[in-house]
Amino acid sequence: MTGSPDQTSLDATDRRLIVATQDGLPLCPRPYHALAETLDLPPDEVMARLRRMLETGIIRRMGAVPNHYRLGFRANGMSVWDVADAAVVELGPHIGALDFVSHCYRRPRHLPDWPYNLFAMVHGRSRAEVEEKVSAIARDLGPATRAHDVLFSTQLLKKTGLRLVA
Amino acid sequence: MDTMDRQIINALQGGFPVCETPFAEAAAQLQITEGDLIARLRRLCDEGQLSRFGPMYNAERLGGAVTLAAMAVPAEQLEAVAAQVNAHPEVAHNYARTHDFNMWFVVAAEQPERIPAVLADIAAETGLPVYDMPKLDEYYVGLRFEL
Repeated sequence: MTGSPDQTSLDATDRRLIVATQDGLPLCPRPYHALAETLDLPPDEVMARLRRMLETGIIRRMGAVPNHYRLGFRANGMSVWDVADAAVVELGPHIGALDFVSHCYRRPRHLPDWPYNLFAMVHGRSRAEVEEKVSAIARDLGPATRAHDVLFSTQLLKKTGLRLVA
Repeated sequence: MDTMDRQIINALQGGFPVCETPFAEAAAQLQITEGDLIARLRRLCDEGQLSRFGPMYNAERLGGAVTLAAMAVPAEQLEAVAAQVNAHPEVAHNYARTHDFNMWFVVAAEQPERIPAVLADIAAETGLPVYDMPKLDEYYVGLRFEL
């Protein structure tokens, strides 16, 4: 491995490894050895680089990536909240920890058109289930919330994702 | 999908080991054979219940920049504006949503300075305001579906 001073920086070999795994691991008994063979690298180096990317958060996690739509979670609602700035830093992590919230971010308001500064993506089997969960968030947030709304997706217009090219 | 498929999906949304025989290790935890686990994962990927099996990369940590942008598009222009927006290769996802702000898209680029340029181009091409909503804080990412 190269002795990069910055543990989070990626070198050319990391990029080759990412390109080779962004669609998934080989589903065979020794997947990292199979990758090593494809990339012409020692297996120990492949495993060491993957472990380092896991430790530094470049890989969020390793394993099954579910297709929520195919698993029956057909409704997705982007719940948006106008939460007092003084309270959002404390309340955000609390909402993010709810098991039905997949993404939770603080984003800028665009007043007067867009007053919401906290976004929490909520998944459910139906819109009614999503709305129930949004009500649970509203109870949790309590009086710190001045207004909220839920935006359901009606159409996927494009989905390619961010990809590295070889 | 049977009970074991659900157990596999619940148990393996993270923490898959990095070692010589990781499927054997994961299979032992689930009390099935290595061959059975691999066959089931292949089927779940082929049939689409899993998008893939492997590392989930943090897009921003790959050295690029990402933002979420919103537009309020008159209903009769939605299709035409979607075509203009989607024509930019930096637009990664685009969803129509139920709100006056009815178009929401993610812009991702390896060069961070491309992001404001793409948003300005879209505003100029469509004649509509583009609202940039970059993330200021991240509280959690990553749903673990319980089946």
